[in-house]
Amino acid sequence: MARLIAALSGGVDSAVAAARMVDAGHDVTAVHLALTRNPALHRSGSRGCCSLEDAHDAKRIADALGIAFYIWDISEQFHSEVVDNFVAEYAAGRTPNPCLRCNERIKFAAMLQRALALGYDGLVTGHYATVQRDATGGVTLHRSRDIAKDQSYVLGVMNSLQLQHSYFPLGDSLKSEVRAEAAQRGLLVADKPDSYDICFIADGDTGGWLANFLGSRPGIITDETGETLGTHDGIYRFTIGQRKGLALSRPAANAQPRYVLGIDAASNRVTVGAKERLAVTVLQCSAPIFCGSNPPTVWEGSVQVRAHAPEVAATIITTDDTERVLVQLHSPIIGVAPGQTAVCYDGSRVVGSAMITATS
Amino acid sequence: MQIYLDHAATTPMLPVAIDAWQLAAAEIGNAAALHAAGRNVRRIVEESREQIAAAVGAHPAEVVFTSGATEADNLAVLGIARARRAADPRANRVLLSAVEHPAVHAAAWQLAAEKFEIVEIPVGRDGGLQLAALQAEMAANPVQVALLSCVWVNNEIGVIEPIPAVCDMAATAGIPVHSDAVQALGVLPVSFNAVAAELSAISISAHKVGGPVGVGALLVRRTTPIVPISYGGGQERQLRSGTLAAPLVASFAAALDEVVRERTARVAALYKLRNKLTQGLIALGAEIIGGVSEMELPPGETSDASAIGLATPVELCRPTQAPHICYALFPGHRAETLLMLLDDAGVAASAGTACSAGVVRPSETLLALGYPTRAALSGVRFSLGWTTTQDDIATLQAVLPTVLARSKAAI
Repeated sequence: MARLIAALSGGVDSAVAAARMVDAGHDVTAVHLALTRNPALHRSGSRGCCSLEDAHDAKRIADALGIAFYIWDISEQFHSEVVDNFVAEYAAGRTPNPCLRCNERIKFAAMLQRALALGYDGLVTGHYATVQRDATGGVTLHRSRDIAKDQSYVLGVMNSLQLQHSYFPLGDSLKSEVRAEAAQRGLLVADKPDSYDICFIADGDTGGWLANFLGSRPGIITDETGETLGTHDGIYRFTIGQRKGLALSRPAANAQPRYVLGIDAASNRVTVGAKERLAVTVLQCSAPIFCGSNPPTVWEGSVQVRAHAPEVAATIITTDDTERVLVQLHSPIIGVAPGQTAVCYDGSRVVGSAMITATS
Repeated sequence: MQIYLDHAATTPMLPVAIDAWQLAAAEIGNAAALHAAGRNVRRIVEESREQIAAAVGAHPAEVVFTSGATEADNLAVLGIARARRAADPRANRVLLSAVEHPAVHAAAWQLAAEKFEIVEIPVGRDGGLQLAALQAEMAANPVQVALLSCVWVNNEIGVIEPIPAVCDMAATAGIPVHSDAVQALGVLPVSFNAVAAELSAISISAHKVGGPVGVGALLVRRTTPIVPISYGGGQERQLRSGTLAAPLVASFAAALDEVVRERTARVAALYKLRNKLTQGLIALGAEIIGGVSEMELPPGETSDASAIGLATPVELCRPTQAPHICYALFPGHRAETLLMLLDDAGVAASAGTACSAGVVRPSETLLALGYPTRAALSGVRFSLGWTTTQDDIATLQAVLPTVLARSKAAI
């Protein structure tokens, strides 16, 4: 039996995860993270875990499981580690994934550390991923059985120590099974919608939300030759591969749609061009994190660049100082933005991740 | 083993209160009805009203039952301020202490939306109202002041505010005074009519004195200008509407009667418990608000320490400190973590303030006292009551070193 903290978002997945660990005989205590000091009163659609309604749902799940429930106010760290970083990355012309950042810096860092310091053995979450533990105490992270729900991508930032203390009891289940189990257990959240969007952007309008922080920063939109095609209100409103919202003054000569090819913070310029110009085969990445032992310097695996994006076969090369990773894709992919995270797989196993700094 | 040290939040019901509730709950009838059953229930209500009035030195007609002290506070602040301004448009300012309960504070700020000017009178580092500042605000233009509201005993740190002195000042200026007396009731000799004629209204609550949750009262003079804040049958003096809850008021009366009769002995016991607790907390590095000085008893109490069972004349709190609340700052710790660890160890305490999501907030009271935010997030309120024993305090002191060590590691 272990003493575990179950992170309850107020959603169905973390509820069932906690319930399974209680059933397994562990001493489980529920914690809901307060990520903002000014939570919305009610949940709106799929944006979850930051409203009072979610906190209430989490409390009611803990009641149903007969376990103690606490709120941890982690809003200061969340703001400085995740929200500020999110704004800064967009301001620098990159496209960050705040969920990865939250897992790396908040859930499996600040929260896990607090749990360990308070005398708990680890953390239970409702992520769809699997941790395999071998006889020697080694741990590896794998994709979940439910490939459609697989969340190993957003966990690719976890190191061995974090994995050792993490429990993902849903890794071998299908989402449909989890919902059915929640209903069978009588949990009121069995039918609650899944969360997809960024939890701290209440209305889903990322550009509008960023504008509150970054203001209007007008610049120009050009084609690849440098010819001006239009203006923009701030580079943070764009991401590589974006087609909508460009408001260009005239159509392309061949009447084909144009896409964002590049965002240059230094010149405050957005470059657009044809779809085929989006294709890349090389990803330069920095600051890798390995979910276990370091891989060989050169190895054959596969890479995923977004949550739920397809996996692409690649040759993956780590520099001798393990500071950088070069990914040579075996087939081109489109719409890869600096700031995204490349997560590398060896079969079902997550080998590690690194932030994409440049593509070609 | 459960150690309950959160009596200021709610205290267990007294056996007499449970009995009274059960007896009255078995009766049939609406107290407003004209038939025999109605009259019977009405009698329970009116006997309870008389019992409560006697316990707090008020006339029965001055007792207006409400759903609790929050409603009583709202009725007093909104009702008196609006009535006063309706009578004289110049009466446009509401004064309140900087350490009010949210029920007074939020009601007052609601008046700001009605173009009232809200003035918060500062408190000193010990939480005591700055009388000179109050004097200056009232003297400047007394006809402009619609109402002064000052808590009798602050709910977070237990500081006793100088209500008689406040009333004297208000009397000179002809200003009505309201006081939230929830934490004073049963602890201080609260007497509505003995304080001063300018004490126009006080709010009291049943569940802080061993009665049930869901009932309280506003004691308000018949001459005080006041208008209702909600509307209906006007059952309570045309000021408050809603069917009277006979079992709740009967239970409230039974609890209050016992608490007031036994107050002196209970207070002596609470001071002893608080002193023991305070000594232990200080030894563990805590800073105690209302902390360490030679003890004198609150106004109206006997000053002979031995008479109330204190071992030595030198005790561990200020004369303005209520005996049932001990607010401890743990520098370098977070209340959120301490409360979780204490709960895990079977000790129920609180941090005074939590938002509706359950997040521990910096204590508004501590901020008003001039403490920085970090300090205001490091405080735990231990509050004592009629079930608290020396063993409870000893158990708390036994678990605290481990709790503090773990909490320190979790920073």
